[in-house]
Amino acid sequence: MDTARLLPLVVAAPLLGAAVLAATGRWLPRLASDLLGCAFAAATAASALLVLFRAGHPGPGAYPVEWVGGWRPVGGSGVGIVLVGDPLGAGLAALVSLLVVAVLLYSWRYFDEPPRHHTGSFPALILVFQAGMCGFAITGDLFNAFVFFELMGVAAYALTGFRVEEPKPLQGALAFGVVNSLGAYATLLGITLLYARTGELGLAQIGRKLDTAGPDGLVLAAFVLVTTGLLVKAAAVPFHFWLPDAHAVAPTPVCMLLSGVMVELGVYGVARVYWTVFAGPGGLAHPAFTRALLVLGVLTALLGAAMCWQQRHLKRLLAFSTVSHTGLFLIGVAVLTPEGVSGTALYVLGHAGVKAALFACTGVLLDRYATVDEHELFGRARGLPVVGALFAVGGLALCGLPPFGSGLGKAVTEEAAGHTAGWLPALYVLVSAVTGGAVLRAGLRIFAGAGRRPRDQEGEPETTGEEVPETGQRLGRIPAPLVAVPAALLTASLAIGAIPAVASAVGRAGALFTDTGGYRRTVLDGRAAATPALPPPHWQTTGVLLGLLSTGLAIALAALAVRHPARTGRPALLAPVRRLQSGHIGDYVAWLAAGTALLTVLTVPGIR
Amino acid sequence: MTVLPYLVAGWIFLIGVYGLVTSRNLIHAVGCLAVTQSSTYVLLLAVGYRNGGTAPVFSDAPTDSRVVDPVVQALALTDIVVGATVTALLLALVLQLRKRHGTVDPDALSELKG
Repeated sequence: MDTARLLPLVVAAPLLGAAVLAATGRWLPRLASDLLGCAFAAATAASALLVLFRAGHPGPGAYPVEWVGGWRPVGGSGVGIVLVGDPLGAGLAALVSLLVVAVLLYSWRYFDEPPRHHTGSFPALILVFQAGMCGFAITGDLFNAFVFFELMGVAAYALTGFRVEEPKPLQGALAFGVVNSLGAYATLLGITLLYARTGELGLAQIGRKLDTAGPDGLVLAAFVLVTTGLLVKAAAVPFHFWLPDAHAVAPTPVCMLLSGVMVELGVYGVARVYWTVFAGPGGLAHPAFTRALLVLGVLTALLGAAMCWQQRHLKRLLAFSTVSHTGLFLIGVAVLTPEGVSGTALYVLGHAGVKAALFACTGVLLDRYATVDEHELFGRARGLPVVGALFAVGGLALCGLPPFGSGLGKAVTEEAAGHTAGWLPALYVLVSAVTGGAVLRAGLRIFAGAGRRPRDQEGEPETTGEEVPETGQRLGRIPAPLVAVPAALLTASLAIGAIPAVASAVGRAGALFTDTGGYRRTVLDGRAAATPALPPPHWQTTGVLLGLLSTGLAIALAALAVRHPARTGRPALLAPVRRLQSGHIGDYVAWLAAGTALLTVLTVPGIR
Repeated sequence: MTVLPYLVAGWIFLIGVYGLVTSRNLIHAVGCLAVTQSSTYVLLLAVGYRNGGTAPVFSDAPTDSRVVDPVVQALALTDIVVGATVTALLLALVLQLRKRHGTVDPDALSELKG
């Protein structure tokens, strides 16, 4: 069978499932709607995996390409829509689908979904979200990328504000919606400019047409506008303000998806658009792109880590850790090498499992104690050793402890980044240590009651963790899926780092991803891209040592923090940074405009 | 081809962003978001315009007549659908916020800080 035929199914299956659930949810019992949702998500995962395994085998047409409805381009141009199952895109679609299955299992029967007598709305929205994310990962058409971007956006806004009876989720969802949609419209302006220049909408076609002339101001404007929207989704500083507000209030299963894959899809979008459209001689020069993304990535990593350390609201803490890891992903993309891309892909794979598992553990605390506040929970969860152990393992994996997938990703990416600037590996170690240390600190306090009880500080802006449980009532006994799902996710993350076959497959995916000419030939001419021969990413002594170093630093930081809570809690030096996170939509939009200006300034030298 | 439509599109986008930044009412803010989006309609239609072109409907015109680009019109339609979805959802969130919080002033919403 031609696996390319399966590509439309990756988008269509979850949409069909959502329609079925929306239509029949009123009459279905809860169990049936949960089963239906899982079945459709799993079917999507199966088709994405089939495409991926076909994509992994070298052969004629190295990866599947499907022109939907047979509308192939004639003479290099056309209006057909193309889906491309290259290993990285198909792999991301598979990751999204598998995580969706995990999330649906996690919320299996326990998640208390309003409206009470209309089951099926939650899994239906999750399936729409899945369709948007999978479509964004495998589309080869820029305008369709915008449509899928907005589809996943709208589903995510609705899911964030899903508990409509409470004020906080509404506020978070609104900030999320306004900032992300504004970014999407900037992207659409950029797409329109590219269409005006080339008369094409497909990534491969636009890239080819652009390369027939030199770059100019219009190409620069298009790049900045398109990238702005993608960076908003990727939560790069200063476009990141919506993320902590949305993640802190969204239902736990939704947080697992937002932090685990949606934000990373923004990074993927930046890399995909650059490599297919702007990497040629008619696009943006490589040094300008590297400089712009390095600056934003370093800022994001540092600010995210600084804010992460100061949080007491557990979900907010994890959200800022996502921000800072996104910064590290952006640096991996910025160095513009196949090693950087495959390292980042491994990092994203490992991070998705770890971060989703940490959110899942936080969800258990929320449903049992009706709070996710580190100070209030002090020592209260001593009776949950299994959850505590999972949380601690998640914290260690977040630091990049070998042989977790996050550790391998960090090791490969920091080595690739080290070739561009020698001090970048130090940044990777520092940021992993601070974010992992913050998680370990919270774990030590909550699950072991270690150290002294931290005291509240007066007069500082902060979000405490008083929340309403997501289950019907507070949990007495912990249901099996709430523990089994994080355990499975952590195991998967471990397997990604420990099984060499995964790393070599990702290495090949990264090499194909960065082959601009090969992508265009495969999509437009149906010719196979030559598989580049590169050594697959693997564990090296330096990487292992740096991973152990960041883990050791994180443990030291956590131990110091629980012993001296007053001195290590919130440095006064960082108070202005903390005040920037004002919760005000107008401020966030102003920062978005400032970020666009910064991006322009950084990339202007690239068109000369 | 005049440069005016492009300037108008840019101006509409910026005025919408200005409105969002200074907004004191969330319904007004969602309206401003719709304004920024309308700049994409203007830009799309300006890009597809051809001097002396007519509507791309060939039922009552000869097939060799000069028409404007139909692709951008399809894109604008899709864009309108996306915009309607986003605006409706955000307005619903604002309504619900008014019920739970008793205010639509972004300055009064201060539960998420720091």
